[in-house]
Amino acid sequence: MQLDIRLPIGLLFTVFGVILVIFGLVSDPAIYQTHSLGVNINLVWGLVQIVFGAIMLWLALRGKKAKA
Amino acid sequence: MLQHSIQLHSIDYVLLVTYFVFVLGIGFVLRRQVSGSKDFFESGRSLPAWICALGFIGANLGAQEVMGMAASGAKYGIMTSHFYWVGAIPAMVFVAIFMMPFYYGSKARSVPEYLKLRFDEKTRGFNALTFACMTIMSSGISMYALAKLLNAILGWNFHGCIVVSGVIVLAYIFMGGLTSAIYNEVLQFFLIVFGFLPLVLLGLKDVGGWDGLVQKLVKPATDAGFAPGTFTQSWAHIGSASSNPMGVEWFGLAMGLGFVLSFGYWCTDFLVVQRAMAAKDMGAARRTPLLAAVPKMFFPALVILPGLIAMALHSAGGNFQLPPKNGGLDYDMVVPTMLSHYFPTGMLGLGLTALMASFMSGMAGNVTAFNTVFTYDLYQGYIKKDGSDAHYLKVGRWTTVVGILASMAAAYAAASFNNIMDILQLVFAFVNAPLFATFLLGMFWKRTTGHGAFFGLISGTVAAAIHHGLSLPHGAEVGIKGGWLGAIHVYPSEMAQNFWTAIFAWTTCFFATIIISVATRQKKSDEDLTGLVYSLTPKIKEQGVPWWQRPALLGSIVLALVLVLNLLFW
Repeated sequence: MQLDIRLPIGLLFTVFGVILVIFGLVSDPAIYQTHSLGVNINLVWGLVQIVFGAIMLWLALRGKKAKA
Repeated sequence: MLQHSIQLHSIDYVLLVTYFVFVLGIGFVLRRQVSGSKDFFESGRSLPAWICALGFIGANLGAQEVMGMAASGAKYGIMTSHFYWVGAIPAMVFVAIFMMPFYYGSKARSVPEYLKLRFDEKTRGFNALTFACMTIMSSGISMYALAKLLNAILGWNFHGCIVVSGVIVLAYIFMGGLTSAIYNEVLQFFLIVFGFLPLVLLGLKDVGGWDGLVQKLVKPATDAGFAPGTFTQSWAHIGSASSNPMGVEWFGLAMGLGFVLSFGYWCTDFLVVQRAMAAKDMGAARRTPLLAAVPKMFFPALVILPGLIAMALHSAGGNFQLPPKNGGLDYDMVVPTMLSHYFPTGMLGLGLTALMASFMSGMAGNVTAFNTVFTYDLYQGYIKKDGSDAHYLKVGRWTTVVGILASMAAAYAAASFNNIMDILQLVFAFVNAPLFATFLLGMFWKRTTGHGAFFGLISGTVAAAIHHGLSLPHGAEVGIKGGWLGAIHVYPSEMAQNFWTAIFAWTTCFFATIIISVATRQKKSDEDLTGLVYSLTPKIKEQGVPWWQRPALLGSIVLALVLVLNLLFW
């Protein structure tokens, strides 16, 4: 049984997303003024990564079911 | 000064460490799936097309590429995208439609092995040896560039970076072989997309969108004495070499880059071809470069646009400034400067992780190509012909160790003797430029002989060297840049000289191969050449293949898309 690459991709980006979202919620808003034009990029891009990670995990699970 | 300009916080390290855990974890899980040399070197020829396709671009998208393209973007503007639209996509379509049937369909396990089947032992040996040296050099340069960058921007220990990156790449290839390398290239592909897309979006927002960017780039263009739109129009200023900062004209660009160099790389370099050969069947192998071409043509938006934005911000004179270097600007620092400007801690960790991932997958791509060519073409070819499969698997694993150690040595060589690196890179450029003529004749003209191929290649290489020795880029000194035979022609830029060196090498190889082939006897019978030459190979039947899996149709769509992109940014 070959490892489905979508599984580690999905896991990695979900983990990255969760870490960035949490950090985005607790971090000092001042860093976004100095760097990212006032956009809380950690929060926003963390959410995007969670969505992508979840899609990958869903595809991996679906692939597993289709094989079984 | 930009010394240690980036401060990382614990959150950035958490992201970095998480990535390394995943990389090693993938290798660890794949370890159990490697049961023979075919698994280790060819991924068991079992991967779906989309994975091979992302590996195909991932292996090519090393960090020098990412940083180099951004640097060129800042230096030359949008004309840099010719390296994608002219210098990659057409060749990718060609290799998929016309060449993959012979690579994948023959029994060859590597590109040099194809040369042995099609021509003879000496042609294979020449290609295998030069290729093996080249992969080690590239992997070493990757390592050196990574360590130098991390040392400069983060203050990390140079030697530590070399050892740690070497050990990590070694660990995952040693365990999972080619599959491990490809999986990590896919991971790296997504990391680059997720790490650089927000950078581009924030940058565009900052400069006022594409229109704002075009306006802000008028000043650097006119300051340098060019037409106002030079930085944002890809074809309009290419009529003569003096009207664009790249110093090239359209013929040199189309023939040198678009034909000789690009086809030479994408169609004959085992590093990329190996990814397609890992596909599960012929259809998937042919779709690999075609599927890869789609993201590839949009990559200028991710890797070149940051350079354009950096230049726009720099010339606007705000709080964003590129660091100076030797009286000009240090264009290599475009990416690190942009990352630290737009990314707060958190995203900064992700951006750096993406950069490190692409350094390491650039190394891994070279090392996997090296261990395959060394084991199959040099070790099995010349040292031990009749070993068991388990023996070659073992040799492959230990070759990986040797490859990494040799890369480290190359990294230190690059660090201490800059000239040696230049000379070696030049020699390999000479060897590579004529190669596509050999493959083109070999695959489409059955009369091409082994002697013709071998001596044609040698004369192409010699022609490249002579051309380089007789010409010089504008303003350069005689020596490593050329002119060592007496400069009789001066090119407006180094790039123009490179393109024309390639054109001379290719043309010489092409005609020399034809003349020598006609003069020598063809030792291979038609049966020997079946599956290796176009006219002697049965056409692939496409009945029952759905339209979206047909290579010719996919190829046409890809070419149409790239044409539209060229017209949009004309």
